[in-house]
Amino acid sequence: MAEVEVREIRKSFGGGNPAVDGISLTCKNGEYLVLLGPSGCGKTTLLRMIAGLEAPTGGDVLIGGKSVRALPPRARKIAMVFQSYALYPHKKVVQNISFPLEAQGMSAQERMEKVKWAAGLLGIDHLLQRKPRQLSGGERQRVALARALVREPQVFLLDEPLSNLDAKLRASARLELKQFQQRVGVSTIYVTHDQVEAMGLGDRIAVLNQGRLQQVGTPEEIYHHPANTFVATFVGSPPMNLLERDGKLIGFRPENIRLEKNAGSRDDATVFRGHVLRVENLGSDRYVYLRVKDAHGDTNVIAKFAIAEPLEFSNDEDADLVIRNRNINFFDRDSGQKAAA
Amino acid sequence: MSEPAVHRTVIIDESFRVHHLLDRESVLGPVMLSPLLIYLVALIGLPLVFVFIYAFSDATTGSDSFGFVGLQTFQTTLEDPVFRIALRNTVVFTVLAQLVVIVLATVLGFVLSADFRGKWFVRFLILLPWTTPVALSALAWLWMLDSLFSPFNWILGNLHVVDQGTPVAWLGQDSLAVGSVVALQAWRTLPLAAVILMAGLTSIPPELSEQAEVDGAGFWRRFFDITMPLLAPIMMVAILFGIVATFTDMAAVYILTRGGPGNATQVLGSWSFYTGIQGGSLAQGAAIGIFMFPVLLGVCILMLRRASQTEVV
Amino acid sequence: MVARRPGVVVSRWVVLLVFALVCAFPFGWATFTMFKADADLYTVGHVPFFYNSPPTFDHVRVLFTDTAFLTFVRNSLEIGVIVVAITLALSVPAAYAIARLTGQWGGRLAMMVFIFYLVPPTLLFLPLSRIVADLGLQDTIWALVLVYPTLTAPFSTWLLVGFFRSIPRDIEEQAMIDGYSRASAVVRTVLPLAVPGLFTVVIFTFAFTMNDFIYAVAFISSSDNMTVSAGVPVELIRGDVFFWQSLMAAAVLVAIPVALAYNFFLDRFVKGLALGGVKG
Repeated sequence: MAEVEVREIRKSFGGGNPAVDGISLTCKNGEYLVLLGPSGCGKTTLLRMIAGLEAPTGGDVLIGGKSVRALPPRARKIAMVFQSYALYPHKKVVQNISFPLEAQGMSAQERMEKVKWAAGLLGIDHLLQRKPRQLSGGERQRVALARALVREPQVFLLDEPLSNLDAKLRASARLELKQFQQRVGVSTIYVTHDQVEAMGLGDRIAVLNQGRLQQVGTPEEIYHHPANTFVATFVGSPPMNLLERDGKLIGFRPENIRLEKNAGSRDDATVFRGHVLRVENLGSDRYVYLRVKDAHGDTNVIAKFAIAEPLEFSNDEDADLVIRNRNINFFDRDSGQKAAA
Repeated sequence: MSEPAVHRTVIIDESFRVHHLLDRESVLGPVMLSPLLIYLVALIGLPLVFVFIYAFSDATTGSDSFGFVGLQTFQTTLEDPVFRIALRNTVVFTVLAQLVVIVLATVLGFVLSADFRGKWFVRFLILLPWTTPVALSALAWLWMLDSLFSPFNWILGNLHVVDQGTPVAWLGQDSLAVGSVVALQAWRTLPLAAVILMAGLTSIPPELSEQAEVDGAGFWRRFFDITMPLLAPIMMVAILFGIVATFTDMAAVYILTRGGPGNATQVLGSWSFYTGIQGGSLAQGAAIGIFMFPVLLGVCILMLRRASQTEVV
Repeated sequence: MVARRPGVVVSRWVVLLVFALVCAFPFGWATFTMFKADADLYTVGHVPFFYNSPPTFDHVRVLFTDTAFLTFVRNSLEIGVIVVAITLALSVPAAYAIARLTGQWGGRLAMMVFIFYLVPPTLLFLPLSRIVADLGLQDTIWALVLVYPTLTAPFSTWLLVGFFRSIPRDIEEQAMIDGYSRASAVVRTVLPLAVPGLFTVVIFTFAFTMNDFIYAVAFISSSDNMTVSAGVPVELIRGDVFFWQSLMAAAVLVAIPVALAYNFFLDRFVKGLALGGVKG
């Protein structure tokens, strides 16, 4: 395993804005790093540049401290799992898994042992003689992981590997992916647009937008202390509420709101006067849609409560929103960047 | 853990030995393309330029030297009555044959697109005119239309449509010879057009036609309002293939009629061959061939238009 | 889309039979003719639709023993095999490059290659005959080997571009990550998946070379080096003497295997047309 680093990396496909616009980022030894962002943010391009499938327009890629910019993908000692899993349709599962080993010129016997080891680890021994088209989505993912594993790569690169699975399978596949990585302990870079996957899997998350790095940090840092309004609103569902006050943007999470009837003013908390538009019951949670009116006009705010918590408000009532000051983030109104209180 | 890392770096350097130039796509692409492009430029592009050079010269097959004579060759060519016949015939044969093909190929594509028992064998029979080398099928036609032993003559004679003593000279009379060549060209280009249309028909979603049926449209209404408009682009492709095949052909005429009777069925391809190879006048032969060019250019443009349209869709 | 009413079924069969008859009649007539005895065939007044004297194999035998037909066949096969090899060597890498490595230029290159296909032999044979003569290849099969790829390579490239585009990029990128260079990734993963396309190209290249008449007639003069397509009509007809039964036998014996091969690969060919050009 090894550390992966990109330095000031840049990629433009000619015309328009660059797909990746000067990103510097390090995935530490054995770390699970998630690249998170909306589609078109450059995360897949960044991953493909690390893999060597795309040549950077500028900057450098280092694996294990050495520049691999001049190396083709095969020489980078990486393994990649594509969104489609890219299983070779004309080869059986066993041939799929041993294909990378053939490239290394390994003997047939050694190859077989390696395949058995990887198949055992992922629980797919019984599928070895099948063709990819005879496998379910979850089985395909495991075959793709086994094929990535036998290479004993320095880095795993995973490109939205869960997006082809149906919603039911995703939670269990996420668990498998995490356990798998913890067992083999290889540095992993994981690309996704799904913030739930990112929060659940990543040791650290790098949030990208429009080809630029917005923030890198642990899931907690990203969630509770977003570096700018993009991260604040992209991560979290429903997103962070933003209100303008005193020339700054005030951000707070829906679950950090308390609703009271006449709250007055507090030292340790900020209070807004609001109006309940609608209460939505989602089974385990309850969303309350509010409108806050002040000097800056109307702003819609969503509050989130566990269903177990009693709610004393219903549609079309006035309510005060109370947010503890330590749960509040401040952003510059113009740049959207984090600002001091 | 630092030791294995060092070990692996060694593997990197080892597995990355040679061909590193070919790992670059900007190098690999041109390397893979260039053999074809060099070949095509050398044996199609350059010869095409030579055709024009010959046409403005007095080149003959015998000598290596030739002088430029400007438009004189074209002038001689245009004044040649046989050339005028050939030019007219080329256009007339192509238009007539392809008109027949449009109608018949639509019908044939339609009946072939359904599944039925014995389809494989029927398809084999229908493909014969297209897949057989033109020279050989023209030979079969030559025998079929033989002035003495044609089965058609026997039938017509015994039905007393014609006098048994004077059989129909299918290839010996101007209008019949023209008709025969047109029939041969339509016959041999029909199967490909039908096959292309068949592919087009199977790609039309059946829901469209079913929707129209639910809406109360009858068979012909559905055919002309739904099927035909959707089929038009692919029909265009089918016909363009047919036009190129008919317009540039010389083998059918060469074998079936040798351009005769007289020069009544001469086409640009055959006349260029007779003049250029057998008559030895490269210049004249080239000048005749060049008159095919505007039509082919038109076909190219249609193809380009057609292709760019589909890319949008 | 056609309702299964008896009237529809019957009329479809009638239409099919008429088409099959029109398309196959010249060959049926040729087959019927090739077994006729001379005395039967060349007697005016005999009903041409019967064997008035017993059918004979004599003329088919003559075709094989007393004519250069087998030489023509051998030449055609030799030329076909070599041209198939050259065509694949030129068009497979080029088609792959157009499909994968040329980015936005791909479409324009594909169109350019197709335009080369539209330049007809009837326009090119004059300068090509000069080139062939300058290279000292006239009256050898190598003259045809040299020029036949002009007929086959553009069309094959165009078909293969479509086939390659239909194969997901991920597959070869995965192979490149799994330790292979792009070239060997193509050989080990893309080509096996393009086998139907390659087969189609082989069949059609072969058929194109068989079909040519003008180059064979223009470049070849001795019957030792003629192909079937040119040799049968040009060499087997001496002056005004036609050996009709033998000629018809030659036509039929070539037509049937070619049509069978086409019929076998027709679905793939149609798919290739759809992938390659028809849909851009």
